[in-house]
Amino acid sequence: MEPKSLQFHDNVAAALKDAPLQQSLSRFQTGFTVKRAEAKALLPEFEALRDESVAIKNHALANLDHYLLKFEEAVVASGGVVHWCADGAAARETVLRIFREDDVKSATKSKSMISEEIGLNEFLEDNGIEPIETDLGEYIIQLAGETPSHVIAPAVHKTREEVSDLFYEHHQKYGVTKRHEDVPELVDEARQLLRRRFQAADAGITGANFLIAETGSVVVVTNEGNADLTEVLPRTHVVLATIEKVVPTIADASTILRVLARTATGQEYSTYTTFATGPRRADDVDGPAKFHVILLDGGRSELLGSEFKDILRCIKCGACMNHCPVYGSIGGHAYGWVYPGPLGAVLNPGLIGIDEARHLPGASTFCGRCESVCPMRIPLPDLMRRWRERAKEQRLAGWRERRGLAAWSFIARRPGLYRPMSRVAARMLRGWSRGRGRLASFPGASGWTNGRDMPAPEGGTFMAQWAANRDASRPASGGRP
Amino acid sequence: MSKETPQVGLFVTCLVDLFRPTVGFAAVKLLEDAGCNVEVPPTQTCCGQPAFNAGDRLSTVDIAKSVVTAFESFEYVVAPSGSCAGMLKKHYPTLFEDEPVWAARAEKLAAKCFELVSFLSDVLKVETVSASHDGSVTYHDSCAGLRELDVHDQPRQLLASVTGLDVIEHDTANVCCGFGGTFCVKYPEISTRMVSDKTAAIVATGATTVLAGDMGCLLNIAGRMSREGHDVSVRHVAEVLADMSDRPAIGAPADRRS
Repeated sequence: MEPKSLQFHDNVAAALKDAPLQQSLSRFQTGFTVKRAEAKALLPEFEALRDESVAIKNHALANLDHYLLKFEEAVVASGGVVHWCADGAAARETVLRIFREDDVKSATKSKSMISEEIGLNEFLEDNGIEPIETDLGEYIIQLAGETPSHVIAPAVHKTREEVSDLFYEHHQKYGVTKRHEDVPELVDEARQLLRRRFQAADAGITGANFLIAETGSVVVVTNEGNADLTEVLPRTHVVLATIEKVVPTIADASTILRVLARTATGQEYSTYTTFATGPRRADDVDGPAKFHVILLDGGRSELLGSEFKDILRCIKCGACMNHCPVYGSIGGHAYGWVYPGPLGAVLNPGLIGIDEARHLPGASTFCGRCESVCPMRIPLPDLMRRWRERAKEQRLAGWRERRGLAAWSFIARRPGLYRPMSRVAARMLRGWSRGRGRLASFPGASGWTNGRDMPAPEGGTFMAQWAANRDASRPASGGRP
Repeated sequence: MSKETPQVGLFVTCLVDLFRPTVGFAAVKLLEDAGCNVEVPPTQTCCGQPAFNAGDRLSTVDIAKSVVTAFESFEYVVAPSGSCAGMLKKHYPTLFEDEPVWAARAEKLAAKCFELVSFLSDVLKVETVSASHDGSVTYHDSCAGLRELDVHDQPRQLLASVTGLDVIEHDTANVCCGFGGTFCVKYPEISTRMVSDKTAAIVATGATTVLAGDMGCLLNIAGRMSREGHDVSVRHVAEVLADMSDRPAIGAPADRRS
């Protein structure tokens, strides 16, 4: 996917003016946050499960080579094939090769953020293969020609009216004559159409929430069951997963699953939590004839060896963006690449570079809400700050900002300078306010004053007044204990 | 000095020093009323957060070293700010991974650093203050104080003891006001949007005053309130607890006393 993160300021301006988006955002924000809080309150061991999940992921990441090899062994033993791909290009070519060998003309897909990362849909279309998104949100944005704006609710930025319009426009060729407005009616319309596509598809592509080393199983969670139909109906199932998805055992996956849905949507479990192991066996009633897992590195092993490795614990629950006031103001597309919100602020620079993605860790107040809800206790603000250090090393900020910071640091380290300068600044700002208590504008401050007044200082600094009081009341400054 | 008199070094904070000394004097009053001896080390300027959050680790380390040096001999270090106290308590120790001597000094300092209101409540066990304030207030939970230092119940408990004062909560008290240091000027439209959500929530409570424990938040909220033309006073919680709410509120004209 082509990054647009550098145009962050433009993206933000557009997002803030986008009325349907703002309408969607205000609705969505209170939903997920409230639901998570309720789910957490109902489960006494919620915090303990978070700690266990962190331990499981840290252990897996520290022994990733071992568990990936174990996973491959188990997949092969169950009749599947594992493909190791260093980057997106290799992954795309591998999918194409698998599809060509099997004469695949169309493939259903359940939601896969990795397929967004590697631009799989466009690539398949360019090669004459039709990808059919089956997650309702992904289906909607596929019709709209857009990318997902959230990791679990890809079309959360769309209003019901927009979806009605899209369906009416695109479904007429399937014989739909009425524009539906009701959510159940819209869902049913999509369901009927997708059912035909599910049955006709030659292959199914899914992502993976977990890859289980002990059994070679792939876990996919959905609320619609579209992953099940994608995995089971076509003759070939291709799993797209990055390497950090592997966990040692089924028990490990189960532990993490107990916090995943609760954190994401407030459900105890996603409606369909499916473990798929290899192709169809002789006595299975259904299942694909071929089972392929594409293990993509895609920059993960480099992150693993870096100070950003904690982000690899991420299970893509979306809680961080649900609770982020910045995401809640601008939506997911403004971030300009695959992953939005605090997740994107930490992961995108690691995958597309801090130069391109510099505004993402920059546009944070470090309020810490994301970290407080992350089931994997990823220290998101700390990691964003580390990206800011990298940005500073590469001198990515404009010269005004760099000079300003350097000047401030110089003065702040010298109380002999700082004292008189702060006294002057306090007096000046006070004077300019002319007794009104605030300034509507003053030189160099438009970033602040475009949207706010600047309260005027009281006039004398605290340090000056304190020193004056002490001189007045004591002959010499009292000794320190 | 009696052994029971806590020896406190006051970390004034750069924003209190520059914009609102009243808060510093309120902090001193509260600490002295609670039996402390308060000193103000004269070399302090700033905790270094602006440099830290801009990715300038070297400047941050320099500033941190002078803060540690200036304050380490006190029994307690108290700041009327969750973000500054959080900087000293949570972040300073992480700055010295390759300087073990400084790391130890920073750890020692961190152990005795506190945000003002939580220091009064949790350490000095202050349960009531002698203050009065007629009217209703709503309380904004500044992010660093809330999430780094668990400051939440303490200001509310002490405010409950203020005569004539009613606390009305707003649902989004724990949602960021959009200040975030340089964030508010680097990403001003997002910041303005966030602070507008905050002022809307505050105004909807009907409270006549909004309080918080951090000057950054307060300047941001007061500035937006004023631009939007609302008649809600903005004050630091220390001013109300120290019975100093007769001074003009933040951003209010000099002659206004409400």
